[in-house]
Amino acid sequence: MAGMELLLVVFLPFLGSLCAAFVPTNARNAEAWLAGTVALASTLLILSLYPQVEAAGVLRLNLPWAPLLGLDISLRMDGFSWLFALLVSGMGLLVVIYARYYMSPADPVPRFFAFFLAFMGSMLGVVLSGHLIQMVMFWEMTSLSSFMLIAYWHHRTEARRGARMALAVTGAGGIALFGGVLLLGHIAGGYDFDTVLAARERVQAHPWYPVVLVLIALGALSKSAQFPFHFWLPHAMSAPTPVSAYLHSATMVKAGVFLLARLWPVLAGTDAWFWIVGGAGLCSLVLAGYLAMFQQDMKGVLAYSTISHLGLITLLLGMNSELALVAAVFHIVNHATFKASLFMAAGIVDHETGTRDLGRLSGLSRAMPFTAALAVVAAAAMAGVPLLNGFLSKEMFFAETVFLDRPDWQRIVLPLAATLAGVFSVAYSLRLIRRVFFGELARDLPHAPHEPTRWMLLPSALLVAACVLVGIVPEFAIGPYLRMATGAILGADAPAYSLAIWHGLNAPLLMSLAAFGGGALLHGFLLARRRATAVPLLEAIDGRHLFEASMTALGSGAGRALRRLSSQRLQMQMLLIFAVALGGALLLAMPLGTGWATRPPQPLDPAFTLLWVVGGACALAVAWQAKYHRFAAIAFAGGAGLATSLTFVWFSAPDLALTQLSVEVVTTVLILLGLRWLPRRDEHIAGPAGASPRLRRLRDILVAGTSGLGLAALIYVVLTRPAIDGIGPFFIEHALPQGGGLNVVNVILVDFRGFDTFGEITVLGIVALTVYALLRRFRPAPESIPLPRQQREQAAAVAPAGEPPGALLPVGVMMLPAVLVRLLLPLAMLASLFFLLRGHNAPGGGFVGGLILATAVILQYLVGGTVWVESRLRIHPLYWIAFGLLLAAAAGMGAAFAGAPFLTSQVWHGVLPVTGDLHLSSVLLFDLGVYMLVVGATVLMLVAIAHQSLRRHHDKAVTGEAR
Amino acid sequence: MEIVFAFAIGIMAGSGIYLLLRPRTFQVIMGLSLLSYAVNLFIFGMGRLRTGAAPVIDMIRGDDPARYADPVPQALVLTAIVIGFAVTALLLVVLLAARGLAGTDHVDSREPERP
Repeated sequence: MAGMELLLVVFLPFLGSLCAAFVPTNARNAEAWLAGTVALASTLLILSLYPQVEAAGVLRLNLPWAPLLGLDISLRMDGFSWLFALLVSGMGLLVVIYARYYMSPADPVPRFFAFFLAFMGSMLGVVLSGHLIQMVMFWEMTSLSSFMLIAYWHHRTEARRGARMALAVTGAGGIALFGGVLLLGHIAGGYDFDTVLAARERVQAHPWYPVVLVLIALGALSKSAQFPFHFWLPHAMSAPTPVSAYLHSATMVKAGVFLLARLWPVLAGTDAWFWIVGGAGLCSLVLAGYLAMFQQDMKGVLAYSTISHLGLITLLLGMNSELALVAAVFHIVNHATFKASLFMAAGIVDHETGTRDLGRLSGLSRAMPFTAALAVVAAAAMAGVPLLNGFLSKEMFFAETVFLDRPDWQRIVLPLAATLAGVFSVAYSLRLIRRVFFGELARDLPHAPHEPTRWMLLPSALLVAACVLVGIVPEFAIGPYLRMATGAILGADAPAYSLAIWHGLNAPLLMSLAAFGGGALLHGFLLARRRATAVPLLEAIDGRHLFEASMTALGSGAGRALRRLSSQRLQMQMLLIFAVALGGALLLAMPLGTGWATRPPQPLDPAFTLLWVVGGACALAVAWQAKYHRFAAIAFAGGAGLATSLTFVWFSAPDLALTQLSVEVVTTVLILLGLRWLPRRDEHIAGPAGASPRLRRLRDILVAGTSGLGLAALIYVVLTRPAIDGIGPFFIEHALPQGGGLNVVNVILVDFRGFDTFGEITVLGIVALTVYALLRRFRPAPESIPLPRQQREQAAAVAPAGEPPGALLPVGVMMLPAVLVRLLLPLAMLASLFFLLRGHNAPGGGFVGGLILATAVILQYLVGGTVWVESRLRIHPLYWIAFGLLLAAAAGMGAAFAGAPFLTSQVWHGVLPVTGDLHLSSVLLFDLGVYMLVVGATVLMLVAIAHQSLRRHHDKAVTGEAR
Repeated sequence: MEIVFAFAIGIMAGSGIYLLLRPRTFQVIMGLSLLSYAVNLFIFGMGRLRTGAAPVIDMIRGDDPARYADPVPQALVLTAIVIGFAVTALLLVVLLAARGLAGTDHVDSREPERP
């Protein structure tokens, strides 16, 4: 099945990458075998798919992933992507062999091969994606893995800087591409390539077509290092040479032109396409060719020549002609072969001599004749010498510039520019070869030069052989594959062409001759003896400076904006949040202008009104008293909570009322326990309030008051509107038949939405553990360490004897309450169990029951004191939490025995001898789990805080006893 | 009734937001409590206000949804109340720890400069 093979091709490298990451650091051979095997397997798989692609045209694999959103894992291979995939995997195999001998034993190879394989997988993903968004995802992954590979030697500054620049440029391009692709898919009516490629008229007629074009061009041009984004590629040359050979000549930079070619049927054919794509290509072609002539670093020359050749491909794509597209695809393959082999030669020279500086290297052909021979042939292919592959695609390019279907002046400028670029290409190729391999053998090199091991030459030799083979017998060597690739893009419009070496004495051949002559002259007169390292004329124009200046400006601008628009102070941030929320809500509400009442309000009840007069007063009192009278504020907050609880009762929510009431008690106890650790705050101590605090308070009152009014208005508008039949009726109708319970709220919690509740109690448990953990390292402020006044006085009243150990009851004023509270404990336990058990059919449930028991326990602590309670009663709240969570999970798992999904309720009916009918349900177990967890979590939090006073006290009295 | 209910939410939310804007940690905790009361009531109000219609099924009313209050907002609010308690506890402990480390109960962990 072809689909599975496609999947394997894309995911095998990722699998290999994962494996490679875990191989020991020094296992160079194991790593290389692994990576080589993966690359070889991918190559063979792709080769084996050739007959199917040729027969079927397109192979597809669709795995539904999020079908409702129209997102599938979709792979698609046609002739063009087959050719590209073969290029990626085959080149990967050669580079792995080369890298095995290039990397030094000191380099950590797992990192190299892991990222290398990840890159290969991403690149295959880009090429084989059948879905636009999925392709963009793989596209981003190539940027990321390329970043990691450029920065492989991260101890070098220029490697880090180059990697950052490459990531910034290609990453920004990726964002633009993503936007363009989203628009394109939206216009085309689908994101899979088949839909998009068929939507040419629709896309080009759409008013947003120029935006789509610009965004996609930004992505593609930045990736392919085209003018004006070309500057990152030379800096990416700080990567290890295998990376440069693979990513920055053969594959990744080709992703941009791949995309342009892929989308050529949809986007090309317009003037905008011609100017944007063709223009960028022409500028890169000429400019980078010029710059390449003056580079001092071998890899620098190759980097600029790569930009120039990619410019040639981009220009061809921009010409809006089918034949030019054929030439572009042809040149993509040709360039990959000769440029990768040149990079490998540069790497060999660097490896064996220790330098790549053209000013120092010379005469290496005496020391390393094989390397020199290979490099000479590859460079000749780059210059476009006949009988080599570069010549053929260059001739096709020249022919296209001459026979272009454009206005006259463009038909004159383009051939001239093309010839000029040809001149540059010949000149820099000549200069590179002459400087490095000819002349006197350099004496002062870091290492004495010699031939590298045979295996390092092999990949380069194979590539050169391919150059020659394609150059001499093109129709045999590449004809069918090229036809299949271009046929896949162009469909029925594919033009007829012949891949012959000799087309007669025509204009393109004359242009080639002019380029050779001009290049040789230029080299002879200008470059051969030139020792200056600066680039004439264009020295000032450097994209890097522009890039760095704009990065600095962005950084400082962001800092300034942050200082202006934001604040370090929490109060200011809160104010901003509320002000923005308020403003946004007002903006939204303004144009609506809704009427108020459509549903008759219920008549005013005096008792309810009175309740909220008190409740409102309590709320205001909290706001007023919270600064200086904390105790009063807590009491008032309790009043507001009570009013809330009563409101729940009033409006038919008994469960909420119970929960609110018990939470209220626990919260109050909690905050009371915390009060002791807060600093004393007295109205008399604070300085006189100035005008500015008063103004600030007024401003806050204004914001808070408006927000409150807004909320009140909003809820009033909602309440006076008829209710919408949401999902409520469903739960009411199905609570008894499906959930087996009468209390619908409880059935929702433990049955219908049991998974939510399960998540919620998990959160509760985590919070309790966090509180516990935070308090274990608690360091209170020094002034709150001594015992508070009340405790000192109480102790003084009871002591001097102190509390007798083993006493049945606390002595002193607490004796009487202690008796009552001890009697209360079993009763409270009973009550909590009662609420737990009735919960399914009447108000109650695990939450309420748990909170009641926790309250009863903490009451013992409050009255008897921590030491007294814990000497008699050990509660292990951590166990309660664990058991509760496990029990709830087990109750859910139980469903698996009945073959039902997690948390499906299971019911068991039986008859017991004494009590008669027994009805058991797994939701009771679940609710019991909730109950135990709530008890554990609440007690743990309260006891953890309560323990603090004890510990501090202890620490002073009994040194070093840590709890 | 609706107007009183709306008033209740408004006044608690207003007081709560005012306290959230104050500089002392205790004020912020109290403000959070009040605001969570208001928000819980607000969500609860989405099911509309009904008296004597608790969503506990009995024989008289049968399973006619029109005779019961909407149980969904109630279920939501019930969990919100419990989680609200957990958040208050966590916040309290964090603030206590911050006070212990910084020596002040100001929300920024340092006293503002006096002019």
